[in-house]
Amino acid sequence: MTKKLTNIYLIPYALWIGLFVLAPLAMVLYYSFFTIQGHFSFVNYLRFFTPIYLKMAVSSIGYAFLITLFTLLIAYPTAYLLTRLKNRRLWLLLIILPTWINVLLKAYAFIGLLGTYGLANSLAALIGIGRQQILFTGFSFVFVSVYLFIPFMILPIYNSLEKLNSSYVDAAHDLGASAGATFRRVIFPLTLEGVKSGCQAVFIPALSLFMLTRLIAGNRVITLGTAIEEHFLVTQDWGMGATIAVFLILAMVIVMALMGKGGLKRW
Amino acid sequence: MKKISVMLVAVLILVLVLAFVAAKLTGSTTRAGAKTLTIYNWGDYIDPTLITKFEKKYGYRVVYQTFDSNEAMLTKIQQGGTSFDLIVPSDYMISKMRDEHLLLPINMKNVPNLKNVDSRFMNLSFDPNNRYSVPYFWGTVGIVYNPKMLGGDKITSWNDLWDKNYKNQILLVDSAREIIGMGLNSLHYSVNDTNEKHLDQTLRKLKRLTPNIKAIVGDENKLLLPRREAAIGVLWSGDAVEIMDENPELTYVIPKEGSNVWFDNMAIPKGATNKKGAEEFINFMLDPRNAAKNAEYVGYATPDKAAMRYLPKKIKNDKRFYPDKKLTDRLEVYDNFSKPMNAKFNELFLEFKMSHH
Repeated sequence: MTKKLTNIYLIPYALWIGLFVLAPLAMVLYYSFFTIQGHFSFVNYLRFFTPIYLKMAVSSIGYAFLITLFTLLIAYPTAYLLTRLKNRRLWLLLIILPTWINVLLKAYAFIGLLGTYGLANSLAALIGIGRQQILFTGFSFVFVSVYLFIPFMILPIYNSLEKLNSSYVDAAHDLGASAGATFRRVIFPLTLEGVKSGCQAVFIPALSLFMLTRLIAGNRVITLGTAIEEHFLVTQDWGMGATIAVFLILAMVIVMALMGKGGLKRW
Repeated sequence: MKKISVMLVAVLILVLVLAFVAAKLTGSTTRAGAKTLTIYNWGDYIDPTLITKFEKKYGYRVVYQTFDSNEAMLTKIQQGGTSFDLIVPSDYMISKMRDEHLLLPINMKNVPNLKNVDSRFMNLSFDPNNRYSVPYFWGTVGIVYNPKMLGGDKITSWNDLWDKNYKNQILLVDSAREIIGMGLNSLHYSVNDTNEKHLDQTLRKLKRLTPNIKAIVGDENKLLLPRREAAIGVLWSGDAVEIMDENPELTYVIPKEGSNVWFDNMAIPKGATNKKGAEEFINFMLDPRNAAKNAEYVGYATPDKAAMRYLPKKIKNDKRFYPDKKLTDRLEVYDNFSKPMNAKFNELFLEFKMSHH
């Protein structure tokens, strides 16, 4: 009886997964085998291994890596600080708040801030550095992306820091471990799960960022996401777009497998 | 638990109420009777007072919907669903839709004002004899620039853009056809050239432009150029009008090697329920006074020759936006490319973008 009931409860979930996860994935895979003329072939996969797309793949992965790294470097100390604060709920809310604003809106705000005559450059001019090109550089792309992703890294790390039993830290101190050693040998390994899920939550979307590459990087950064967008919306070469998507999915699977199976655990 | 169920019920009631209101609203606007005319046009592309005037004069109720790209419009027409009576696709899209049998021929007997249209803009390659379309607005692809930022330099040609002094000064529009077309034109080839060798040569030439390119952007150029983020922009004439309205320092030029001329055209899609009304609307929009009023409001160039009389001198004598025949003869309309050729242009463009770091 109970077995039957749980099966019934599973139906909505199974339907959801089937319709909105598995079916689209199957369709992406299916489309990837068709050329622009609608012939079945593997030609799109061969095209992926030409210099244009390989270069694009390398730069996508490189930028996603940088974005994840900087996000982690900022988010971990922030999350740690958060656990020591008094009004944690309020601070947490303030960190989550910006995620309620549409990404495009935020991107447009950054165009204004980082432009030649924007706030950042006016400040630079004021202190004598002079106006620099900030907008439309690789730097601005990483900077804005990191800003957008920080909340998604802070939350899981904060959660695992919260769960950390403080008596472990006390014990480490009592046994003579320095602050650094406590962090390296006790705190960080115990919050690794949070770091991993944070990295996944950042790296995977960072791989396929596309609007920012135009708005903030002025197409100086071309990621696989840009190419997918173009193939689906402009060229209408759905086959090639789907093929790139297949490779992105593969990359994500690899990342998740590495994260799951101790890639980071050996630290 | 009780709280949750109360909330669920509240949400459910809200959804039902909204659904009812929505049904009520759409029911009263899209009932496709003979007395409605459903128009599907680009956003902000008509003087709204003309719609009111048309409604009063002909007794139709106009339902006005907008799109933001030819492709989006095409998809909606292909899907059916809403029956539109009048659409405004660009030139290449007219040939494409005609070939896919998505357009109805216009009965020109109902459009006597067709005689007002400048003969330069009739019988064009995308619709021989204007069987399916009547031009609505037209414009060019060119260069908008700020002479003050360039030390008073005057730009007259595409090749001027390759000047070593313009390092990091150019914003290009993120559109394959326009930029590859610019490269082809700069080598004195046609914008419709598909010769493999010429395209290779074009790509090599475009790659040499990269030190001068600040960014390849979309509609943001309308935000960036007036703010002096860059001195030069390659874009459509209509965008140039908006930019120059905002910052009069800038000016627009159609490069002397030639460029693209484009047309947005009124057409009647298959499945229209009020074809007669659509034809009356086309005729109404070609009325000289209405065309002039519309052109003044929208800022693009009207193909209506008779409307010139009603346009302020400052507008109609502006050669930058109303180029004379001598110049328009050097401009070309885009051919409707096959899908693979379209893909080829886009891949070339992608390769060009990759070379720009």
